[in-house]
Amino acid sequence: MNFHETFFILLAAIIMIFSVLVVTTDKILRAATYLLFVLLATAGLYYWLQYEFMAAVQVALYAGGIVVLIVFSVLLTHQIHHKLVSITLTRKLLAFGIAGLGALVSIVTIVNYDFNTAPAEAMKVDVRQIGLHLVNTGHNGFALPFEVVSILLLAALIGAITIAKKEESNSDNI
Amino acid sequence: MYDFSQLTQAIHLFLVQHLNSSSVAIVELVLVGLLFLTMYAILGLTLVYMERKVCAFIQNRLGPNRVGPLGLLQTVADLIKLLFKELLMVKKADKFLFNLAPFIVVIASMMTIGALPFAKGFQAIDLNIGLFYIISITSLGVLGILLAGWSSNSKYSLLGALRSGAQIISYELSVSLSLLSIIMFTGSMQLSVIVESQANGWWIFKGHIPVFISFLIFLIASTAETNRGPFDIAEAESELTAGFHTEYSGIKFAFFFLAEYMNMFLSAALAATVFLGGWMPFHVSGFEGLNQVMDFIPPIVWFFGKTFTLIYVIMLFKWTFPRLRVDQLLTLEWKYLLPINLVNTIVIAFVVVMGWYF
Repeated sequence: MNFHETFFILLAAIIMIFSVLVVTTDKILRAATYLLFVLLATAGLYYWLQYEFMAAVQVALYAGGIVVLIVFSVLLTHQIHHKLVSITLTRKLLAFGIAGLGALVSIVTIVNYDFNTAPAEAMKVDVRQIGLHLVNTGHNGFALPFEVVSILLLAALIGAITIAKKEESNSDNI
Repeated sequence: MYDFSQLTQAIHLFLVQHLNSSSVAIVELVLVGLLFLTMYAILGLTLVYMERKVCAFIQNRLGPNRVGPLGLLQTVADLIKLLFKELLMVKKADKFLFNLAPFIVVIASMMTIGALPFAKGFQAIDLNIGLFYIISITSLGVLGILLAGWSSNSKYSLLGALRSGAQIISYELSVSLSLLSIIMFTGSMQLSVIVESQANGWWIFKGHIPVFISFLIFLIASTAETNRGPFDIAEAESELTAGFHTEYSGIKFAFFFLAEYMNMFLSAALAATVFLGGWMPFHVSGFEGLNQVMDFIPPIVWFFGKTFTLIYVIMLFKWTFPRLRVDQLLTLEWKYLLPINLVNTIVIAFVVVMGWYF
């Protein structure tokens, strides 16, 4: 086992331990923190694979974006003494069974998959290429998904503003 | 002339001769870690000293002048005091998160320092997405602040953390967008490439008006992102005691304090690297004599000279402008900086496409 593999095992162990802790802890903010560790270790895996762009996206989007959003909303709603309701045994068993089934399917698929190393040289991913692929309509182009995602985002923003906006009738009454 | 990569290469070759590959990696990690930790601590102490001296200068005082010559050892003495202080624990606080929060903040600021090019070859890691890496890591610091505020189980901390969180998340947009302008000019996010592209003139001169606008926005937004005055309503002493770190004492408080100063250093260093050429000397194409003289000054002096000039400007902001209210703070970002920034980005895209820069 060399230095390179040790890092993989370390990151994988962090991901596994904290994934279990996310669902077993009874304090909601701790669950969010453990989720942060899982996402950061995943970003670490991308760095380990020398795919730095993906890793930075992972950190910025999930760790810096989604976890912050979760924590922020928890801060607005919960008290420090708040604990989640303990789960009944039947539910625990059911959840365990479903999770085990999912794990079984994944493991069987991975074991049976024929992994072969690509003959091509590893591609250098620079920002110019990413930009070109994002707005390209031809081969390997992502213009359509990019635009669909932008429209979805726009719709979400308009929806959020509509919900947050004060009602006209309320302001008239004052 | 001054190339650090020769030195690092020599050390690397020396290690390769004497050790196997795994040990070389471990020894190099330890060496780089020790170097950067030492630099981090020294820079932090220097910045705190500098802040007190600048503040005293503006308020017509002398500032620290008893411990050591010119009070230079004052911050060291303060650090030793903080190390020996008792670590208070709030009853009913969430112990795990309470202890974790300062480390998240410090690690986030520590990780970004490694990607900065201090001089040619003096950079811990030169990622090809360097700028994006720094932006993404700085967004982690806010989590530490939010967790600190919540786990303290104190109303001051919670209010301070909420304000800090809202402020940092909003101003992050302006910081990233203003950095995007230089990414568009250079076509690369690699910090060493960005610095190299300024060999024939810094971007603030080459990109003229639009880059100057981005530079101003970056200075304002990054000052706000580091929670410094005049944007320090989140830690307003007169109403919230100290904001999110009210309940912290001793070295854990020092971590927050240090991280704040290092984030200030980071934003100044980033502005210097991206807009003012980093370690690149001041060059004017055509004046060979001047360029030769400028090349003679070591790059590390250029880098720290620019950075500390910007830090001085940021400190002037704090001690001259009155504090902004929360609503003014958010109005400034969402109604002024962000729209200006978006228009500026389109202008820059136009400038880049038409080639209207030097």
